[in-house]
Amino acid sequence: MIGLKIKTAVAAVLLAAALGTGASAHEGGHEAAVHIMRQPWTFSGMLGKFEPGQLQRGLKVYTEICARCHSVKRLSFRNLVQPGGPEFPEAGVKSLAADKYKVDAEPNDQGKVLKRPAVLADHIPGPYKNDQEARASQPGGALPPDLSLITRARSIETHLPFYMVPVNMVRDILAGYQEAGADYVYAFLTGFKEPSRDVKVPDGMNYNVAFPAPHFTGMPNPFAGGNDAVKYDDGTPQTVDNYARDVTAFLAWAGDPSLAERKRLGLLVMVYLLITAVLLYFAKRRVWSNLH
Amino acid sequence: MASHTAEEPNRRDFIVIAAQAFAAVGAAAALWPFIDQMNPDASTQALASTEVDLSPVKPGQAITIVWRGKPVFIRNRMPEEVSTAKAVKIADLKDPSARNDALPESAKATDENRTKAGKENWLVLVGICTHLGCIPKGQSMGDAKGDYGGWFCPCHGSHYDTAGRIRQGPAPRNLEVPPYEFLSATQIKIG
Amino acid sequence: MASHESTFRPATHAGKWLDERLPLPRLMHGQFVDFPTPRNINYLWTTGGLLTFFLGVQIATGIVLAMHYIPSAGEAFSSVEAIRRDVNYGWLLRNIHMVGASFFFLAAYIHIARGLYYGSYKAPREVLWIIGVVIFLLMMATAFMGYSLPWGQMSFWAVTVITNLFSSIDAVIPGLGTRIVQWLWGGFSVSGTTLTRFYALHYLLPFVIAGVVGLHIWALHQVGQNNPTGIDIKQPSDSVPMAPYAVLKDIFALSVFVLLFAWFVFYLPDYLGHSDNYIEANPLSTPPHIVPEWYFLPYYAILRAIPDKLLGVIAMFSSILLLIFVPWLDTSRVRSAKYRPVYKWFFWMFVISVIALGYLGSKPPEPPYVGWARFFTAYYFLHLLVILPIVGVIENPRALPRSITEAVLGKEPATQGARAGGGK
Repeated sequence: MIGLKIKTAVAAVLLAAALGTGASAHEGGHEAAVHIMRQPWTFSGMLGKFEPGQLQRGLKVYTEICARCHSVKRLSFRNLVQPGGPEFPEAGVKSLAADKYKVDAEPNDQGKVLKRPAVLADHIPGPYKNDQEARASQPGGALPPDLSLITRARSIETHLPFYMVPVNMVRDILAGYQEAGADYVYAFLTGFKEPSRDVKVPDGMNYNVAFPAPHFTGMPNPFAGGNDAVKYDDGTPQTVDNYARDVTAFLAWAGDPSLAERKRLGLLVMVYLLITAVLLYFAKRRVWSNLH
Repeated sequence: MASHTAEEPNRRDFIVIAAQAFAAVGAAAALWPFIDQMNPDASTQALASTEVDLSPVKPGQAITIVWRGKPVFIRNRMPEEVSTAKAVKIADLKDPSARNDALPESAKATDENRTKAGKENWLVLVGICTHLGCIPKGQSMGDAKGDYGGWFCPCHGSHYDTAGRIRQGPAPRNLEVPPYEFLSATQIKIG
Repeated sequence: MASHESTFRPATHAGKWLDERLPLPRLMHGQFVDFPTPRNINYLWTTGGLLTFFLGVQIATGIVLAMHYIPSAGEAFSSVEAIRRDVNYGWLLRNIHMVGASFFFLAAYIHIARGLYYGSYKAPREVLWIIGVVIFLLMMATAFMGYSLPWGQMSFWAVTVITNLFSSIDAVIPGLGTRIVQWLWGGFSVSGTTLTRFYALHYLLPFVIAGVVGLHIWALHQVGQNNPTGIDIKQPSDSVPMAPYAVLKDIFALSVFVLLFAWFVFYLPDYLGHSDNYIEANPLSTPPHIVPEWYFLPYYAILRAIPDKLLGVIAMFSSILLLIFVPWLDTSRVRSAKYRPVYKWFFWMFVISVIALGYLGSKPPEPPYVGWARFFTAYYFLHLLVILPIVGVIENPRALPRSITEAVLGKEPATQGARAGGGK
């Protein structure tokens, strides 16, 4: 009977694990798989957290480089102040919003829509009025996607033999691996390389080793300016690698602002459930021990 | 019933009680998110206060802004409007209470209690008639201001004076003064 | 039920007053406290309780999410983002609902596998089993429509692909399939109109499920639960009163299941989903791979294994509808596979096939995956249509124990004073 219980439990786990692929936003790869490495993130795992300093640097990289083409329209200025994020001081964000950003005001008494300085409650305005304007300003006509959810909207395709799939899944489930999107975005940002000589890159496109085959993206290398393109005020080395890591962490926060609260509450809940399950087990044993 | 005869203490075993207690606590705690999700969410809370720039509002002018979904009248009163308001005796008022959210209900409806010290030309009121909720007229230059020079509600004929106090008509209470503070000489934060 | 005399005695005057007018406490006592439950049911029998709990969880979280969700093509995705970002505990309620759907199906699959292994579908439980298949179908419809609501890329395109399947009817009656598809869509393509009606139905169906679950429990209590031996309760020592024995076991099993559930809700909320659904639906851009949620993958594999569109659709639906006939397809006189040494192997082969089909459903429909999908689809139907009837007849079952008590205690009880009991 125990044997059957275990067999069924294993079958059930394998069923769920094997079917819960949950991966691959990308192409059917029977080409050589792009191997996207996993990165160490401060926010990964059960005890992971965002680091406000890194998110602040990431915002700087975003506003100075990425914001030329990409919006983060699902973020509001007030999000930059709240706990669990970059945790900027409120006064600083208020003046940043008011000084550097203008949004449409309500129509005035004559019916004209004028601009007004942004306030905390406003969404962070993007560089373009609409998608069409965005496409028009790109050489290839590609649409630079909004980045609010980019790390949640990307994943990594793994090309494992079928018998390794359940093994990998159990590993990922035990580790609480949710950073595939961040790993991909980092790989993409640092993936602009010269292609081998036999590869012909179409006009208006750029070669990126992390981007799905055939590895052509309409986006140019954002860090073509190299190191020191963005000035860091906190002494962190101003390398392209750090820019990529910091902006990816910022975008990971942008896509999942409740992470800190989620993992904190999760720890409490898991401990509570563990205790309760143990107590209930012994209670069940006690009640059933009465039977003869 | 169950014939586990002599073993009744079973039910009251400590471990059984402890387990059930733990489970019950968790079940109760799990209820809170279901209740709290109905409270105003973060985007609504962000609009709980509004900052207003007063510099475009010249003496004699008034603006209407929206705060928490309600109209708020902001009037830059002329000196004579202020002195008229100050001259009114509390006993002559239909509603003697200041109706100022920053003050207790017992505070009297003096002009001082309806404005901020040193900024008495500024009047900030919730622009909803205390009768049945219409928006009184009096904000624009050409509007009827009623017999007391303040506001006039066209729905049922309530007259408010230059301090927004009800003087005549069916409205029972003075216009409400919302909580606000001056962040600078030309900037107020309401709420 | 089944001629189970109620031993309920109201303790208070108020209790007696209510008992004469609406004997609900008496019913609850008779069915869930005093009810004779086989003493040897293992943890696989806790899945029913798990499923009921999760139905409640999905309904509760669904209702509160509905207070914030906006079912329009232009606002659906943003309203889900507002829930994730701004609504108090919105992220938690949404995670519970989203992961809850997966765990609902996980428990359901274990529940069904339990039934198949122990012959819980055999007389007199045929109607119970068929009601179960009906619940499963309703669950699939509910989950399919629910998945469309966030209006992400996968939401949109999964709806497009699956509703388009009905156009295969054109091969039988020209024009009818297309008419049906447009009727489903409310237009000439999937749009906000489709979304709104799916929302209405997604809100409705769980309550239909709740009603059918009531019938399911009624049918169960009419004949009593099965147990790992497949032998009926014959004497008091074979059973225990449901409360506290089975109830406490159910609650313990629930705490373990919820422990696993919480791990996903808090640390792996997007693991069982698809990252493409964080991209807002774009009718002009098809994702490279359209895949349904994991619990639909085996059927998706069967659908794509058959090269003909109409036959593929028929195969997919038959794979579930055939389950209705299992009580008659299985010819064995013995209920539980515990005593069926030959059938046991085929049962596990069936389980492996379903798992394999699930894996293959997540892969592109190309070699070598297509070949294997055809192999396992063939086995799936072979199992139901050939193996079940034949093995039941030719197999030599092991000797059954004389009673549940003998199976548990290794001996018959002393005739009087048997210690367990509960109900008669």
